[in-house]
Amino acid sequence: MDATPSVEGWGLCRRYGRRWALVDVSLSVPPASVVMVAGRNGSGKSTLLRVLSTAIRADRGTARVAGHDIRTATQEVRRRIALLSHHSHLYEALSALENLQVVARFLRRNPRRDALLPLLEEVGLADRADDAVTTFSAGMRKRLSLARTLLQEAAVVFLDEPYGQLDPPGFRLVDRLLDRLRRRGTTVLMATHLLERGSALCDLGIVLEEGRLRWSGPARDLPSHGGLDAAALPVAD
Amino acid sequence: MIVAALRKDFLLQWRTRAQVAAIFVFGATALLLFSFAIGPNAEALRQHAAGFLWLALLLSSTLTLAESFQSEMEQHALEGLLLLPADARALYYGKALSNWAQLALLGVALVPIMVVLYDAGSMNVAALVGIILLGSAGLSAPGTLYAAMTSQARSKQTLLPLLLFPLVVPVLLSAVKATSLLILGDPMDQVRSWSLLLVCFDLIHWSLCGLLFGRVVED
Amino acid sequence: MSAERESPLVPYVLAFLGLVLLLWGSWWGLFAAPGEAHMGNVQRIMYVHVPTAWNAMLALTFAFACALASLFRGGWQWDARLEAAMEVGIVLSILLCMQGAIWAKPTWGVWWDWDPRLTTTAVLVFAFAGILALRHFVDDPVKRAVWSAVATIVAYVDVPIVYFSVKWWNSLHQLQSTPETVSRAFHWPLRINAFGILFLMSAMIGLRTKVAALRLRSELAPPLPAELVAPLTAQRLEGSAR
Repeated sequence: MDATPSVEGWGLCRRYGRRWALVDVSLSVPPASVVMVAGRNGSGKSTLLRVLSTAIRADRGTARVAGHDIRTATQEVRRRIALLSHHSHLYEALSALENLQVVARFLRRNPRRDALLPLLEEVGLADRADDAVTTFSAGMRKRLSLARTLLQEAAVVFLDEPYGQLDPPGFRLVDRLLDRLRRRGTTVLMATHLLERGSALCDLGIVLEEGRLRWSGPARDLPSHGGLDAAALPVAD
Repeated sequence: MIVAALRKDFLLQWRTRAQVAAIFVFGATALLLFSFAIGPNAEALRQHAAGFLWLALLLSSTLTLAESFQSEMEQHALEGLLLLPADARALYYGKALSNWAQLALLGVALVPIMVVLYDAGSMNVAALVGIILLGSAGLSAPGTLYAAMTSQARSKQTLLPLLLFPLVVPVLLSAVKATSLLILGDPMDQVRSWSLLLVCFDLIHWSLCGLLFGRVVED
Repeated sequence: MSAERESPLVPYVLAFLGLVLLLWGSWWGLFAAPGEAHMGNVQRIMYVHVPTAWNAMLALTFAFACALASLFRGGWQWDARLEAAMEVGIVLSILLCMQGAIWAKPTWGVWWDWDPRLTTTAVLVFAFAGILALRHFVDDPVKRAVWSAVATIVAYVDVPIVYFSVKWWNSLHQLQSTPETVSRAFHWPLRINAFGILFLMSAMIGLRTKVAALRLRSELAPPLPAELVAPLTAQRLEGSAR
C-alpha cells in the first residue's frame, strides 16, 4: 500500500480579523484512514477542514491534499476532494434532484434521473426528489448535502458535523456511508461533537483547542487520553 | 462547463419567474411616475421617452442583479460549485448571460408601456430591440460583477447602485441617445455611431469583468 | 511597512514646499501675470484649475497602479496607498468641479455647462466615492483589499469611455468651451502651481497612507511569534488502521 500521506499539513494558520482561528497546525494523515477531528465550539475544526479543502486560504503554512499543494495546485486539489460544510451548498429554489443534476453536469457525469435517483434513495429522499429544497426540513437538507458530497466520488472527503440535524435513522445512515467510504479507500476527515460514536467509528483522532493541535492518536484513546474536559463535549448520541 | 452554468442559471431564473413579473411591474410603475414628474405635456413626454425607458430599466436592473446572487449566497451554493471545481469564469458568464436575457426581456416588455404612456414608438422595431440588447448587455456585465461583491457585504441594497450607476453612464448616454433617435427620427444616421459605442463598452466590460470575477468570489 | 521606514519629516517638508510654491504661483497668476484678452480676470482661475486637473488625474492614475499592485503582487502597503490615493484624488476632483462651476457662472451664466472633461470628473467622483463606501461596508480586510482593487481597475478603465461618450453627447449641442489653452507668457505660474499642488498632494497621500496602514494593523491580529514559524516537521498520527 502506498504510504504517502493523503493529507499533510505544515504550520497552518488562519485568522479572521483579529482572531487567529488556526495556529500552527501540522498533521499527517495516512491514506484510507478515517480521522475524527474533535474540539469545542470555536476550536477551529471547521476552519481546519475548510482550509484543507481549499474553501478558504491559509494565511500561513501549507498543505498537500491528495498529492497536490493547496496553494499552488488548488484546482487539482478540488478535483479530488469533497466538502460537507455546515452551509448546505444547495439551491433553495431547485428540487433535490435538480440540485444533484447541477453538480453532475459540472462534473461531466450522467445527469439523467435514473442515474441520480439511486443516490437519493440511499439517503432517504427518493419520494421528495422533485420537491423544492425550500420545503425541506434541516435534516432533509443534511441528507441531500450528504448525497451531493457522495456524488463527487472524491479521494479525500471532509465532513463538518455530518450528524448535525439528523434523526437516529439519519445517524445510522451516516455510519453506513462512513463505512462504505472506508471500504472504498477514501480518506475521511470528520469533525464531530459525538465523542463516543466518533471514537468507535474512526481510526485516528485529533483534538483542537483554540486553534492549536493539542492531541493526536488512535481514535479509541480519544475519550480517555484526549485531554478533553468531558463535560465540555456534549455527547448527543 | 459554461453550458452547465447556463443551464443552472436559466433554470434558477425560470423557477423564480414570479420575481421577474414583479420587477416588470416595478419598471412600469417607474415609467408612470416619470410621466407625473413631467406633467401631461404630450410633446415633452415624447421627447424624453427614451430617457425614461432607460432610467426605468436601470433601476429595475439593480433588483434583477441583486436577486441573481441571492440564490447563490444564501446557502453558499456558489462556494459549493467552486469546490467541484467549477471554473469561476464559466460561472460568471453563465450568470451574466442569464442576467442579460432577463434585462433584455424587461426592456422589450417596457416598450409597449412607453408607447402607450408617451406616444413614443418606433417603426424600426429591429433596431430598437438591437439597442435594448446592447444596452442591457452593458448593464449586465459590470452589474453581475458588482452584484457578486455586494451580495457578500453589508448594506447590499445601497452599495450596488452606488457602485454601478457611475460606471454605466456611457451605456445610459448611448442607449438613450440611440433610442431617442429611433423614436424622434434620425436624419444623420447617428444611431450607428451610438451603437458602436455600446459595442465597445460591451466588449471591454464583458472581457474585463470576466477576468476579475474569480478574485472577487474566492476567499 | 515601508511607510514607517520613511523619515517622518518627509511629508511635512513636502507640504511646506508645496504650500510655498502654491502661494508663489498663485500670487504670480493673480497679480503679476497679464490679464487675458477676451475673458479678463476670470481667466486667472486657470492657474489653479489646470494644475488641479493634472494632479487629480495623477492621483487617480496612481490609485489605479496601486490597485494593480495590490491585486497582482499583494502586500498591505498597496491597499493603504490605494485608499489614500483614492481619497486625495476625490478631494482634488471635487475641487476641480467647484472651480469649473466658479468659472462657468460668470462666463456662461450657469453653474454647470456639461463640459466633457468636467462631466467625466464628476462621474469619477461618484465612482470612487462608491468604492470608498464599499470599503466602509466590508469588514474582512482581505476581501476589502481585493474588491476595492477590482472596482478601481474597472472604474479607471471606464474613464476614457465615459469621456468619449460625454464628448459625443455634448457635441450635438452648442459647444461651450472651457479655457484649455494658455498662451506661453502664462506658463510659469502654471508650472509653479502644478508642482505646488503635486508636493501638497504627495504629502497628503503619504500621511493618509500612514493612517490607513495603522488602521489596518489594528484590524489584523498581531503576527505570530517568530519561533512558531520555524520549519515544522509534520506530527505523524500514530495508530493502526482499524
